Amino acid sequence: MTDNINDQPEGRVPARVIGTPPSNGPILGDEIVHEEKGVPGVIPADPAVAKRAERIVALLFTITFLAGAAFIASYVIFQVGTIDRTAASNYALGSSLSIALLSLAAGIVVWVRQIMPKYNLVQERHPMASDADTKEYVEETFLQGANESGFVKHKLLRRTLLLAAAPLGLAPLVLLKDMGPLPGTALRHTVWGVPTKDGKPRRLVVEGTGQPIRAADFNSPGGILSVIPEGYEEDLNALAKATLILLKFRPDEIKSGTNLNWTHDGIVAYSKICTHVGCPAALYEQTTHHILCPCHQSTFDAADGAKVIFGPAARPLPQLPIAIDSEGYLVAKSDFNVPVGPSFWERGDAEAEAREQKA
Amino acid sequence: MIGTGNSVNSITARRRHPLARYAVVALALGLLGGGYAVAAPGGGSADAAIASGKADDVAQGKSLFVAHCASCHGLNAEGSAKAPTLVGVGAAAVDFQVSTGRMPAADAGPQAPRKPLGEWATPQAISDLAAYVQSLGGGPTRPAAEQVDPAKGDPAKGGELFRANCIQCHNFVGAGGALTYGKYAPPLNPATPTQIYEAMATGPQAMPVFNDSTITPDQKRDMIAYITHVRSQVDPGGSGLGRIGPVTEGLVAWIVGLSLLILASIWITAKKRRTHA
Amino acid sequence: MDTTPKAIAGVSTFLDDRIGPGNFLKRNLRKIFPDHWSFLLGEIALYSFIILLLTGTFLTFWFKPSMGEVVYSGSYQPLVGVKMSEAYASALNISFDVRGGLLIRQIHHWAALLFIAGMMVHMLRVFFTGAYRKPRELNWLIGVGLLTLALLEGLTGYSLPDDLLSGAGLRITEGVMLGIPVVGTYLTFLLFGGEYPGHDVISRFFTIHILLIPGILLALISAHLVLMWVQKHTQMPGTGRTEKNVVGAPFYPTFMAKAGAFTLFTFGVIALLGTFAQINPIWLFGPYTPADISAGSQPDFYMGFLEGSLRLMPAWEINFLDHTVSLSVLIPALVPLGIVMTGLALYPFIEQWVTGDRREHHTADRPRNNPHRTAIGFSGIAFYGVLWLLGANDEISANFHISLYETTIFGRFAIFLVPAIAYVVAYRICIGLQRKDAEVLSHGVESGVIKRLPHGEYIEVHTPAAQDIADHIRGKAEIPIIESGVDGEGIPPKGARTALGRLRAKASEAYGTDHVPLEEGHGHDEHAAIGAGDHSDGHRDGH
Repeated sequence: MTDNINDQPEGRVPARVIGTPPSNGPILGDEIVHEEKGVPGVIPADPAVAKRAERIVALLFTITFLAGAAFIASYVIFQVGTIDRTAASNYALGSSLSIALLSLAAGIVVWVRQIMPKYNLVQERHPMASDADTKEYVEETFLQGANESGFVKHKLLRRTLLLAAAPLGLAPLVLLKDMGPLPGTALRHTVWGVPTKDGKPRRLVVEGTGQPIRAADFNSPGGILSVIPEGYEEDLNALAKATLILLKFRPDEIKSGTNLNWTHDGIVAYSKICTHVGCPAALYEQTTHHILCPCHQSTFDAADGAKVIFGPAARPLPQLPIAIDSEGYLVAKSDFNVPVGPSFWERGDAEAEAREQKA
Repeated sequence: MIGTGNSVNSITARRRHPLARYAVVALALGLLGGGYAVAAPGGGSADAAIASGKADDVAQGKSLFVAHCASCHGLNAEGSAKAPTLVGVGAAAVDFQVSTGRMPAADAGPQAPRKPLGEWATPQAISDLAAYVQSLGGGPTRPAAEQVDPAKGDPAKGGELFRANCIQCHNFVGAGGALTYGKYAPPLNPATPTQIYEAMATGPQAMPVFNDSTITPDQKRDMIAYITHVRSQVDPGGSGLGRIGPVTEGLVAWIVGLSLLILASIWITAKKRRTHA
Repeated sequence: MDTTPKAIAGVSTFLDDRIGPGNFLKRNLRKIFPDHWSFLLGEIALYSFIILLLTGTFLTFWFKPSMGEVVYSGSYQPLVGVKMSEAYASALNISFDVRGGLLIRQIHHWAALLFIAGMMVHMLRVFFTGAYRKPRELNWLIGVGLLTLALLEGLTGYSLPDDLLSGAGLRITEGVMLGIPVVGTYLTFLLFGGEYPGHDVISRFFTIHILLIPGILLALISAHLVLMWVQKHTQMPGTGRTEKNVVGAPFYPTFMAKAGAFTLFTFGVIALLGTFAQINPIWLFGPYTPADISAGSQPDFYMGFLEGSLRLMPAWEINFLDHTVSLSVLIPALVPLGIVMTGLALYPFIEQWVTGDRREHHTADRPRNNPHRTAIGFSGIAFYGVLWLLGANDEISANFHISLYETTIFGRFAIFLVPAIAYVVAYRICIGLQRKDAEVLSHGVESGVIKRLPHGEYIEVHTPAAQDIADHIRGKAEIPIIESGVDGEGIPPKGARTALGRLRAKASEAYGTDHVPLEEGHGHDEHAAIGAGDHSDGHRDGH
């Protein structure tokens, strides 16, 4: 390398070693340096470059024309109606549209970069604040107007105007009141406590099939069913609170947290609505008896009264008292004794209240 | 042992030990006599197997059991500290576990994963093994081919049941999901219709059981129809991005969408520096 | 072309006679816009918004915002005969029975993701370059407002198709609203028209999504652009650029063409995504019912940080006097959002208070030149990033076989540790980059040329940095520090006597102290001086 340099006549700039940055090139990799140095101004494009660029731009614009035409043709040619046809239509329409747009965009960029001049124009900035004269004029005008209007002088006028505005300002808010009813005690009850038309306890039915469940049929330990109240299969408001998971245990698996009087032959019913923010908590592991909520991963021990063992939920899933009716089908003995689902301001420690009532 | 060490894994090596053959025969003989007493309570199904001319399957299955399963599940499938009893789990459970490669388990992880089958696990061998375990104490049997034929099911009805019972763990198209302590609900894509049926009927590992009296065989077939239909269905909107929902969509928006646009903005604003050669 | 074509002249005369735009055009046709790739990030959001308006209008032609129950009878076989809401059925109809419907739906959704992603990177650019400083604080506040509204707009739009996934989001929204102390229950009943889910929320969200929020967004975006126009864009430091000028290309024709091209790029990239990457496949989710949920139910990315904070939170709840405050809902729902949004909104004013800097700023800071600001920004990114990552912890757990709880427990520590680490790391990197800059100015650039000196020593020739790069580096502005030192008689200035005053003085000193001052190095470095110094101009002339 030194030879190389020594070969050069004195006074010439040393040649650059391959692989090193040019001495006047961008040496800071993270900065895009994009400005022509020196005098601000307009540097016209090189006519030869512009001529070559024009051909590229024309090609790109022609591609846009063709792709645009293909888009319209695709609309006519590709019908929808089955999933495969929809897929074909989507590909045809989407790719022609994408090509048309991107090609037009690229054409314009080449146009700007190669045919339009390079600019390095300078404009002055002025302070945003107005000058003193203007400020003074505006202030004077403001005061003059305020005095002319009499707003300052006439106290009664000013006060009654404010008075008049107050109810009008509230009116839009008042109008919103009828968007919904007052909550009342709605969140404290579910339809499990509502007897059927003929006064019998409400049966548990399988979600999706609507079949009532014979206790004798739900006989595989480790079994789970998503269960909803009979007669409310389509009522989303009812389901949002009353949906259950029904679990079958071996008798020796059930721990003290579960109320045995509310079970039937190892069958336990818990609210499916997570006590955190209300997602259906239904990932059930039959080996560990964990119920996991997929939204925020609160985990409940189903064998032990669904007490919380991990995650943000603060309370166990409420247990529904169940029994069988004369035909052997599972029914709800009563409503939940605590509100189901997420906490709310008026809820209070319903669990403690329930314990007190029992005692 | 040393000589076989580098090409054959240790389990296979042990199985090929000269003594192993004798051990298997001896155990098989012993079990044939003594095991009958154990099998007797569940004699109904064993009788059925014999009646259908499958007694030799049972015997064959037993020797396979001793070779591949007994070290954990006990010589009489009575279970051990390491593994549960297999009396009463039924042929469906065996077929599911062995045909998916989950059993024999490789190591004690939170959950036995699906893996390639061992060489010995031919359909015939699995069938024999299943027949043997079935003979021990009944339990869910393997479904008939017609019972799991997706063409005979109603995917729309199956979809409703699938959403009610399965997707909370397996995700809306069966892409799988996380459970506690390293367990997971596996993707359903590699599962055959028979395996899906068997999983529902037997509740393998952490999965709960959906027995035939609450989710009927026809309803199971509807679900199989939905699962197989949806998984083979094209994604009309382009790549399915793993079909796991908004997480991958967000990644694509940032990594592909935003990157492309930033490249475009660099191209638009960059000015070529002219350097002299 | 020497004369204006008749058609254009006619139209412009017609307009000028009536509204006289001549003066405006005279001042603005050649308005100068500085060029930098990062100045286009906000335009991603702007053009995505335009795409959202166009595609959204298309979608409303078929979408029925109704929760009335129908039995599906459209083209998607696996749902035929299933009962669902009209909203969901009509969204399926758009996807499978309207030509181009699926494409437009997907473009709409991708545009929404890029709208918000574009806003985020744009805000980061503005933050890290200090472009929010006086006189642009108002525009910054408008930006914070736009981001907040965009999140709401996304939430309402996500809920409209009424599929099982969007319903899960709605349910969480309800659960969080119920958690608001005192008024939560009432607000929830008002929004949902009674108990969840009721029959009204889709049509209400529809109105909010297509009219109310877009209207406000449109107004605020217009204001945002007008302010930008009036105040002129900031520029990067460089040759000939000062606080008193703006250097770049004129609006007409260059900037106009560039903006047009970038609009098309944005539309084109989003169309590409809409064609080749499936988004929100509602037909796979099934209709909404509060009884069901899918594993991996996630919000769109911009809500991911809220999802993550809900997942991280331990189970805290307070009961007193028969009332409940569920901290495990309130804290994660409000605190991170509050920290991020309030922090963003207040930052310009806090910085002004700390530095005492009341000057106008039109030249952007390079992020390295204000290391504390940059470190704070990275700390914020880390805070947001940890929450965002944890919002997907179930997918991480399932796909990488990491125990679910371990990811949560990791997150509970990481949310405090990672931002602190990010602060330190970013700060050190800034200082390192400043040192590099200082070296470039004082020592020049390694030329890669080895020279032998007369006495036999080999040295590498350094050449001074190119003019534009050197000017770019010299653009480093001093960060003011408030007066806090004692005066001649040992009395500190009035403001610095209180505890707050002392804190301010300390903060100001830490924030403003320049640890790596630049020094010009011509001549006093012998390596640079030998060889090429006299000739470097030869590289630059002839442009």
